[in-house]
Amino acid sequence: MSATLTEPDAAPRTPTTRPPRAPRESAGERPRRKSLPWAPWLLLAPSILLLCVMVLYPTIVMFVNSFTDLQIKNKMLGTSPNFVGFDNYIEVFTESDFPAVLARSLGLMVVLTVLIVVIGMLVALLMTKLSKGWRLAVSIGLMLAWAMPPLSATVVFGWIFDTDYGLVNWALNTITGTQDFRGHSWLIDPMSFMMVLVIIVVWQSVPFAAVTFYAGLGQVPDEVLEASALDGASAWQRFRLIIMPYMRGVLTAVLVLETIWNLRIFTQVYALQQQGGLASETNILPTYLFRQGLGEFGVTAAIGVFMVILLMAISYFNVRSSLKDEAEL
Amino acid sequence: MSISPGIQIAETPGPVTTSTRAATTIGDGGRLGRRAGRAKGRAGRFGLNVFALLVIVCSVFPVYWMVNMSFTPPNQIISRNPSFLPFDFTFKNYVTAWTREAAPGQTDFPHALASSLTVALAVVVVGALIAFLASIAIARFAFRGRVVFIVSVLVVQMVPGEAMMFTIYNMVDDWRLMNTLVGLFIVHLAAVVPFTIWTLRGFVRGVPAELEEAAQIDGCTKAQAFWKVTFPLLAPGLVATGIFAFIQSWNEFLMALLLLKGYNLTLPPWLNSFQSATEATNWGAVMAGSTLITLPVVIFFLFVQRRMVGGLVSGAVKG
Repeated sequence: MSATLTEPDAAPRTPTTRPPRAPRESAGERPRRKSLPWAPWLLLAPSILLLCVMVLYPTIVMFVNSFTDLQIKNKMLGTSPNFVGFDNYIEVFTESDFPAVLARSLGLMVVLTVLIVVIGMLVALLMTKLSKGWRLAVSIGLMLAWAMPPLSATVVFGWIFDTDYGLVNWALNTITGTQDFRGHSWLIDPMSFMMVLVIIVVWQSVPFAAVTFYAGLGQVPDEVLEASALDGASAWQRFRLIIMPYMRGVLTAVLVLETIWNLRIFTQVYALQQQGGLASETNILPTYLFRQGLGEFGVTAAIGVFMVILLMAISYFNVRSSLKDEAEL
Repeated sequence: MSISPGIQIAETPGPVTTSTRAATTIGDGGRLGRRAGRAKGRAGRFGLNVFALLVIVCSVFPVYWMVNMSFTPPNQIISRNPSFLPFDFTFKNYVTAWTREAAPGQTDFPHALASSLTVALAVVVVGALIAFLASIAIARFAFRGRVVFIVSVLVVQMVPGEAMMFTIYNMVDDWRLMNTLVGLFIVHLAAVVPFTIWTLRGFVRGVPAELEEAAQIDGCTKAQAFWKVTFPLLAPGLVATGIFAFIQSWNEFLMALLLLKGYNLTLPPWLNSFQSATEATNWGAVMAGSTLITLPVVIFFLFVQRRMVGGLVSGAVKG
């Protein structure tokens, strides 16, 4: 994409560049290739070292540990753990609340992803209809929500939903003219905890979806839309039959990213639990793993391996589409 | 397209499609988009602006509320009637947040700030350097293994670090780096580098190699051509990815919570402790601390936002 964009700019220069280059180097488009075959590897060495030590190595260690009964006492005493086969995996899936946590995580992920994509698309469509000043104001508002550190956002929302002095309880009391909501706890009940969590995450994530969709909408040619409108297509038909096909790539990318991100939420859930939720009823995968604590390293490794496989399976689509982008080079 | 009524933001965009439909049926010759406004009547325009206003209010409100509360005196915060502007403007909450230790035996704000800045700046500098070299290699050289490396970067980027939290904990412990900023720095560095490589690669590719060659023809050496022509053109990309790395490290909570203790906490675990210890007595101070943490991120974010969208969509991750 960007390669083709730079072509017109570079074109006038080529006549002057090409002739002197040819005699010096015969490699054509990539002149340094033959003279320094080790150069790229030298440039890549620090990254390769870092990623091997910090990603590849722990992945292998975690995979191996997941088949052992490694515990903190092995670490303290320096003894080696026993090989236990698939026992950890069987234990995690049959004798723990892991299946419930997994179901909750997936349910939350679906709700969040759908809300974020739908609301993001609606905000993006709204932005295309606004005058310049309004659009700028909306963008700045979205930026603020996007930029807020997740922990700060959760603390603030926790305060807004506070049991005693929260704004929401005050507003509900004022609107209903009663004192029904005095001392109402929003976090103690798992369902309303999840609702508050969804509000926080959607609030923070819509800006990314909206801004990305807005950028994508800019690629839909006006002429096609005008022509279809002249031919009598309704707004919904134009959206479904013209805008959506143009947006397919952007939409897929956002869907995959949001799916992954929404399965990996830790900060918001943990911080909200700290403010008065029941951790055992509201854990999702990352917080569940975190709350297993240090000790049963074999079991936590099995949970970790499962999470890696689940997320890698989903991100397969994203890697593939990124590679398509790369192939255009 | 039914949206749960409990959600604040959800209520705003709902009817947008209805109003656009109305707009185009009344519109002049069914013209769409940016030009549709003029003729379709004041009502449609007014309706759209109302929804825009709702989006703005929903987005900004929590931030406004945090700042408002941070300037409100503690005794007013716990009154039954919240004030929407800090009429009795006070800096007391900031003084409390700045001076009081997070919890008994834990760090205070200035030390946490120093720790966060140390880790984040080190991640930015080292990360930018490592990723810059790698991005030059994959954008400017054709070599056997190039595609393998690119695929690895994309895959690594997707490996969920939090799944490996205890494995990394043990690793850092084995290296005798537990409860040190160096340990956290290495973890953050590894989290940031794949994304930085991928994004910088886009920037490097955007600078045509012909420019550098032209400079060489005009008498520059290869090194001069790079530093005088290509590097300045890449500077905005380096700044953007650097700021992104800074924000990542600044906000990172899980590993900081797991690896650091007592006086070595960075800002997110500091806020977590401070909030747990103080919320019953002083929400104003918690809001002040929260505002102080938010401020640098918001400022930086406004600089880079435009550049990051493209990078994220072409296969990247925030975590």
